[in-house]
Amino acid sequence: MNNIRQISVFVENKQGRLSAIIRILKDNGINIRAISIADTKDFGILRLIVSDPDLACQKLREQKCTVTITEVVAIEIQDELGMLSSVMDILAEDKVNVEYMYAFLSKSDNKASIILRVDDNAKASEAFKKAGVIQLTENNICEL
Amino acid sequence: MERYWNKEMECATLSEMKALQSFRLSQTVRRVYENVPVYRERMDAAGVKPEDIKSVDDLYKLPFTVKQDLRDTYPYGLFAVPMDKVVRLHASSGTTGKQIVVGYTEKDLDTWAECCARALTAAGATKNDFMHVSYGYGLFTGGLGLHGGAEKVGMTVIPVSTGNTARQINILRDFGSTYICCTPSYALFIAETMEEMGISKDEIKLKAGLFGAEPWTEEMRQEIEEKLGCKAMDIYGLTEIIGPGVAFECSEQSGMHINEDNFIVETIDPDTGEVLPEGSQGEIVFTCITKEAFPLIRYRTRDIGILTREKCSCGRTLIKMKKPAGRSDDMLIIRGVNVFPSQIESVLLSLGNTAPYYKLIVDRVNNTDMLEIQVELSQEMFSDTIKSLEEEEKRIKNAIDSTLGISAKITLVEPKSIERVEGKAVRVIDKRKLH
Repeated sequence: MNNIRQISVFVENKQGRLSAIIRILKDNGINIRAISIADTKDFGILRLIVSDPDLACQKLREQKCTVTITEVVAIEIQDELGMLSSVMDILAEDKVNVEYMYAFLSKSDNKASIILRVDDNAKASEAFKKAGVIQLTENNICEL
Repeated sequence: MERYWNKEMECATLSEMKALQSFRLSQTVRRVYENVPVYRERMDAAGVKPEDIKSVDDLYKLPFTVKQDLRDTYPYGLFAVPMDKVVRLHASSGTTGKQIVVGYTEKDLDTWAECCARALTAAGATKNDFMHVSYGYGLFTGGLGLHGGAEKVGMTVIPVSTGNTARQINILRDFGSTYICCTPSYALFIAETMEEMGISKDEIKLKAGLFGAEPWTEEMRQEIEEKLGCKAMDIYGLTEIIGPGVAFECSEQSGMHINEDNFIVETIDPDTGEVLPEGSQGEIVFTCITKEAFPLIRYRTRDIGILTREKCSCGRTLIKMKKPAGRSDDMLIIRGVNVFPSQIESVLLSLGNTAPYYKLIVDRVNNTDMLEIQVELSQEMFSDTIKSLEEEEKRIKNAIDSTLGISAKITLVEPKSIERVEGKAVRVIDKRKLH
């Protein structure tokens, strides 16, 4: 399995809440690889790919945060026009639904990484394999 | 010209009233002592015999009755007549899932109708008027109580009950209703809906409304009177005592006359139980002296109010009660529905994955009571998608709505963010400025 673990944290819409959560990670030497926030009027969900998901989860829960771990799919593509479009086509063709996604650029070699939360990880993984799309493992992410 | 339904009672002299009350009280006390074991035990424990209660001045000797007594004796433990004499039951929303039940004999129904007829007459109603009853009828006393009073007056009664506001407005207009009864907040909601429907107040013929079952302000009165083009009269009652009609407003609109030939009223210090002099603010206590099936003795209402015998311009001599200033316990009245925090707690707990930590925030927005329930998110409820959290909120909202009949806004908050306290938690923040 190529799935990687994402941690999600419930964040109340209150001043200083986000900074307090991020500080917990910093204080425990946990590095953030990718981050995204989904927000509503009253609360948000902070989604993170970190260097050590188990430790992050444990430390956040110790500080009374609501945390959950979800398996997501991560892929790496060339940072070129049309690349994301073809990736989305692959998923659409195999009827994989995307709940949400976020992307970040690699520090070198003109690459982009995409984190995908889909309704069926195995199906997405299979589709990417068939199409020759590079999938990242947790180790890959940590080394980035 | 002020009209009265029963001038003899409504305008009696103080000495006449006291003599009548004393006679009825002594009879009632003797009857409950003989027929209701709970009262007999209480009186024996307090060393009071029925013959010790000769006049209203002896009332203080009797033990109080409280809401818990009604729950402890649920359903019929405080009834003072055999069930074959009981022709009607009503119930009021329970606090911990257990409702209270009250009963009426045929004579009680007549007493009740008489009380409501006085209220309607004080509001100017006659047999030529049409009465639109939009209080609920199902077990709640509001609907049938005023229904009975209006029939006694000879009004044309339209038993609409609650719900479907557009239909209510069409009936108001088409049937030519001249009187209405409902909660004051619902009256305003009707006014707003009329505006949305493009129906002006000139198209309806309302002369007055009798509004009660929830606390309301002078500002709200003015707004109702202006928007519906009718007089807005306050009416007071409790299921335990009889229902609506325990007290009612007259043309002076400055407090409610208590039907004291049926219900003796006292104010007491809620902490010590000591009887307070007229004019002091205290907890309102009623003693039923004409009821047969369910005559409560010195029932503590938890309502805070002030009594006065100052001369009233309407000519009635019945003692007046200033609008209750609030409740001394934690019950919330939201859009006319009684809600206890414990009821909300039990709904949350019944859902399985919610924590029993919550906070209730009550506010009045555009004259409508709004209830927000902050619920602590549990680990089990949380997932990484917004969609699933919104589904959780909806699930709680639906459960509250179907169990308690109130619509609430659910806000999920972080675990442990609601303060924990030893003893009595402050679970309610009431932002309504009613007093």
